[in-house]
Amino acid sequence: MEMKTQIHAEDGQQELKITREFDLPVDLLFRAYVEPELVEQWMGTKVLKLDAQKHGSYRFETTDPKGNKYGFAGAIHELVPEQKIVRTFEMEGTPMGVQLEFYYFEPLTEDTSKLTMHVIYESIAQRDQVMQLPFKQGINMAHKRLEEVLTKMK
Amino acid sequence: MNLRRDVFQAIADPTRRAILMLVASQAMTAGAIAANFDTARPTVSKHLAILTECELLKQEQNGREIYYHLNPKKMKEVADFIEPFRKMWDDRFNKLESVMKQYKSKK
Repeated sequence: MEMKTQIHAEDGQQELKITREFDLPVDLLFRAYVEPELVEQWMGTKVLKLDAQKHGSYRFETTDPKGNKYGFAGAIHELVPEQKIVRTFEMEGTPMGVQLEFYYFEPLTEDTSKLTMHVIYESIAQRDQVMQLPFKQGINMAHKRLEEVLTKMK
Repeated sequence: MNLRRDVFQAIADPTRRAILMLVASQAMTAGAIAANFDTARPTVSKHLAILTECELLKQEQNGREIYYHLNPKKMKEVADFIEPFRKMWDDRFNKLESVMKQYKSKK
């Protein structure tokens, strides 16, 4: 299936852009970001706090199958309903640093909308590290799988 | 031969990108890979041949079976770390879309 998400990341830059068109009216798309019970559903995370307004902040927590907890948090700098959110984002307890995120919500038609995420990292190295995470996880999974197979063969 | 161009042509195809995503998590046989696609088996074999030719995939004989696995060194050269990252976001947004569609119909 063709992906609807586009990533624009140029070499040697400490930022990236993510765009995606949704089969949803813009008010619903926006709501997915500001209503705690909806955030919990699509992000698969627990919302400890979500004060969706200027000078507000948020804290999310996910638990992996082993029971390890991971925190995500940030401060909300600007929030214009159905238009824009500016916030920081940090994976707590990791060396990934803080990123600044601009979310732009746009209606396309009555039933479709577009999200543009502009993310700025502390450094070029940090951006590249974040982008490589899913790739590295894939490689790690491959290695684990190999270990499992080898252990079974013993 | 312009290998660099070939590598980029190889990853320009959505089916081949999907194959790379599949074997990123585990080495697989051609049969197991083909089972993930509606495409005819010979078509999948052709994609595998192209990916192997440009060294994005490596073949490994394991008993009677040939397993395909990702060649991380080559993937690094391509510097196309974007695809798994993009897939992660696409999955996330698909979830958002389905959650909000259900929410809409409940109202």
